Amino acid sequence: MAGRLADALRDSWDSDLAWSFRHSPYAMVAAIVFIACVGTAALAPWVAPHNPFDLARLDLSNSLKPPMWIAGGDPSYPLGTDDQGRDILSTIFFGARISLEVGIAAVLFSMGLGVALGLLAGYVGGKTDAFIMRVADVQLSFPAILIALLIDGVARAVFPGAHDSMAFWVLVLSIGVSGWVQYARTVRGSTMVEKNKEYVQAARLFGIHPLAIMVRHVLPNVLGPVLVIATIHIATAIITEATLSFLGVGVPATEPSLGTLIRIGNDFMFSGEWWVTLFPGLALVIMVLAINLLGDWLRDALNPRLR
Amino acid sequence: MTKPLLEVRDLRVEFPTRRGTLTAVDGVSFAIAPGEVLGVVGESGAGKSLTGAAIIGLLEPPGRIAAGEILLDGVRIDNLPHDAMRRIRGRRIGAIFQDPLTSLDPLYSVGRQIIETIRTHLDLGDAAARRRAIELLGEVGIPAAGQRIDHYPHQFSGGMRQRVVIALAICAQPQLVIADEPTTALDVSIQAQIIALLRRLGRDHGTAVMLVTHDMGVIAETADRVAVMYAGRIVEIGPVAGVIRAPKHPYTAGLMGSIPSVVDDRERLVQIDGTMPRLTAIPPGCAFHPRCPHVFDRCRRERPELLDAGATRAACWLHAPGAREPSLGSRSTKVGS
Amino acid sequence: MIRRLLQAIVVMLVVAFVAFSLFQYVGDPVQLMMGQFATPADRIRLTHELGLDQPFYVQFFHFVVNALHGQFGVSLRIGKPVSVLLAQRLPATLELSICAALLALAVGIPAGVYAGLRPNSWLARTAMSASLVGVSLPTFLIGILLILVFAVKLGWLPAFGRGDVVHLGGWSTGLLTRTGLESLIMPTITLGLFQLTLIMRLVRSEMLEVLRADYIKFARARGLSDRAVNFGHALRNTLVPVITITGLQLGSIIAFSIITEQVFQWPGMGLLFVQAVSYADIPVMAAYLCLIALVFVVINLIVDLLYFVVDPRLRVDRPGAAGH
Repeated sequence: MAGRLADALRDSWDSDLAWSFRHSPYAMVAAIVFIACVGTAALAPWVAPHNPFDLARLDLSNSLKPPMWIAGGDPSYPLGTDDQGRDILSTIFFGARISLEVGIAAVLFSMGLGVALGLLAGYVGGKTDAFIMRVADVQLSFPAILIALLIDGVARAVFPGAHDSMAFWVLVLSIGVSGWVQYARTVRGSTMVEKNKEYVQAARLFGIHPLAIMVRHVLPNVLGPVLVIATIHIATAIITEATLSFLGVGVPATEPSLGTLIRIGNDFMFSGEWWVTLFPGLALVIMVLAINLLGDWLRDALNPRLR
Repeated sequence: MTKPLLEVRDLRVEFPTRRGTLTAVDGVSFAIAPGEVLGVVGESGAGKSLTGAAIIGLLEPPGRIAAGEILLDGVRIDNLPHDAMRRIRGRRIGAIFQDPLTSLDPLYSVGRQIIETIRTHLDLGDAAARRRAIELLGEVGIPAAGQRIDHYPHQFSGGMRQRVVIALAICAQPQLVIADEPTTALDVSIQAQIIALLRRLGRDHGTAVMLVTHDMGVIAETADRVAVMYAGRIVEIGPVAGVIRAPKHPYTAGLMGSIPSVVDDRERLVQIDGTMPRLTAIPPGCAFHPRCPHVFDRCRRERPELLDAGATRAACWLHAPGAREPSLGSRSTKVGS
Repeated sequence: MIRRLLQAIVVMLVVAFVAFSLFQYVGDPVQLMMGQFATPADRIRLTHELGLDQPFYVQFFHFVVNALHGQFGVSLRIGKPVSVLLAQRLPATLELSICAALLALAVGIPAGVYAGLRPNSWLARTAMSASLVGVSLPTFLIGILLILVFAVKLGWLPAFGRGDVVHLGGWSTGLLTRTGLESLIMPTITLGLFQLTLIMRLVRSEMLEVLRADYIKFARARGLSDRAVNFGHALRNTLVPVITITGLQLGSIIAFSIITEQVFQWPGMGLLFVQAVSYADIPVMAAYLCLIALVFVVINLIVDLLYFVVDPRLRVDRPGAAGH
């Protein structure tokens, strides 16, 4: 048993994917950075040096302290503090947590929607297919950020008071809804190929609904491409979230994401407190870059021809 | 034999991969005389197309010529600088590829592509090049060439496009044309026309042709001599009549068995057991031995070089001095499943 | 071509319908316009004046007719006609977007071609790595970093606004004054950089794809010069897909200008739109939506026209297809 496991491990280590991973320094560094980001974000309440949202612990006399290596800095606030005396490093940890949550939730939403619509379009074909793909075309010609802004604006108009409490889900919906097209196209293509294969026809004879069989056979086929799309999509979703928050229509300031932090810090830039905006910005770029590098590598590794 | 036009000596083409170097063409030697049609036949992956690509200097990286020499008119061309080799391509060695549908640039009229090629190689003005292009299109059998010259590739049928491709390959009057599966992508009825055209052009212009194909029937119709390739090596080479009537290598015999014969009305075709080995797993000794009906001990240990065997030369220990006399009538080959 | 035009009209109608639905069902326009102290009689009168008591399709028809005349009602926040507001701000957005598009195309296409032709050179590798950073940098952050370095630290360029503008008829331009041009530099880079990296990556991958094509191999086998093969054949074929996606990208520049305008407080339509979203100012949102849709549709039509120029397969019908 142990031998079998060791064999399986060795095989996966020796597989093409693992080989290309071990030979791609970028991918390895990106993976480490990404795991570190997810780790600190998930464990933010425990690893952050301060709790920036515990109002009782905030002290305005600590406000706008520069990073520790600059004169006037305080080693207990390594990256300095913001106008309310919150530790920048800790707000980054918590902010990354929210950014990742929104990003991943939006991607899962898009993926679910896209895979379902793709399967439907590919399997049913005809008018349904034409309609779904037309909508996809039209939607694709509008930038995600515009769609997200519109949904957010409508949500504000429809629920004038309740907006803050629903902000998270509104945000997930508005970011997620524009991303389904790529998944749907990939899944649709694969579904159309599989649909005419004999085993699908045969399934009917055995009394299994062809759709059930297709789901089982199509999904493994599209796993690779969907994974690549999803990885890069997480990066896009995080950027979109940050952008919306920066524009002031994202998550409320009481639970700042990285984008909100950058927007807050932006106001202090002209008075010389650059660290309030720069460090959250760097954190955002590093996280997104790591995800993009992973996505890029994954695409090359799964499909070497399409470099 | 007259002085050869093209001579390939011990050519070796390698592909470095992460699991070691693959040798796709191994120790291949042959010569083509001026005006001669040499057929190169074998299954896909036998190295025949790569041999052609190596001769015109268009191996796709990471493939490379690892050893051997290629001589055109007695001058080495395998180590020429990039630009000198470019001037040989099209001018002295023309090439035709398998798929006429994708060989032409869809965005330019066929005339423009022919004129472009002519003017690259010959010192002709635009008007003269155009006249020549129309002539050429007529010569390869395109009706109303004067009008068709301004049409785009998508306006031609597959067979017509392959004729345009042939016109492009011969428009600077090369001494040698390498035709890589020129008919595979075409309808059977058009295949015959294209083959007849190639043969006629070779005769009219004294152009030598290296005809790469997996189709023994095409070779039988067109070629003067034939080289049979298997797993990167030539296993038999000789005059086409000899190879076809009395194949000396068991693999060739098997190939012959797999052509339906018009005279012989037996339904079942003879097949060769198994498949060609992958390049990663070429067996020791003779690469064909696991599939060979006549295999004996020596085949598993030593790799045979080309040996004289009557009219042809075959890389088979059956023809070593002292070996028992083989009988390789094609119908006596072991019948496959 | 007729079919494409019809499609464009359908798309515009769909967008108009979405915008109309915004008007209709989001919030109560009567309530919004009259405030809380209106009498029921006033409400009925206004409802009638606004045509809100008419059947749905009649209202939609009126909406479309008004939209065609550029009438989108009055901004709830500012109290001026939306058409006037947009018209005032259109030149600022267009100048910024066009400069950014030119930057993206002028640098992105040559860089992509180079990276496609010499994929293993260090310059191409550096450019590709840099482009990945470019894709990972959110637009607003580029703007902030530029402001931090060139406005706050170095003090070379103005941090916000449009500088001095010159009015030419109804058009205000910042291209004719020194401060106007200085003000344009950072927003242009901010807005163009992301599109630039996208276009470069796209051109590169298309170029690599085309270079593998059989007709390129055959062009080499014909002995054509590298220049002829790379630029005459490969680049021209690359252009077909590049035109489509570039067209769409350029359209999205106008939409992305929302962010850049916010960062630099650029007095364009995008800034107006963001403020409208924050205040749920529906008429402005609806009008902006229709305008952006119009821009996209126009760009799509131009892209289709360009196709006809570049690709003979669309230009000529197929008389010879049966010419065996």
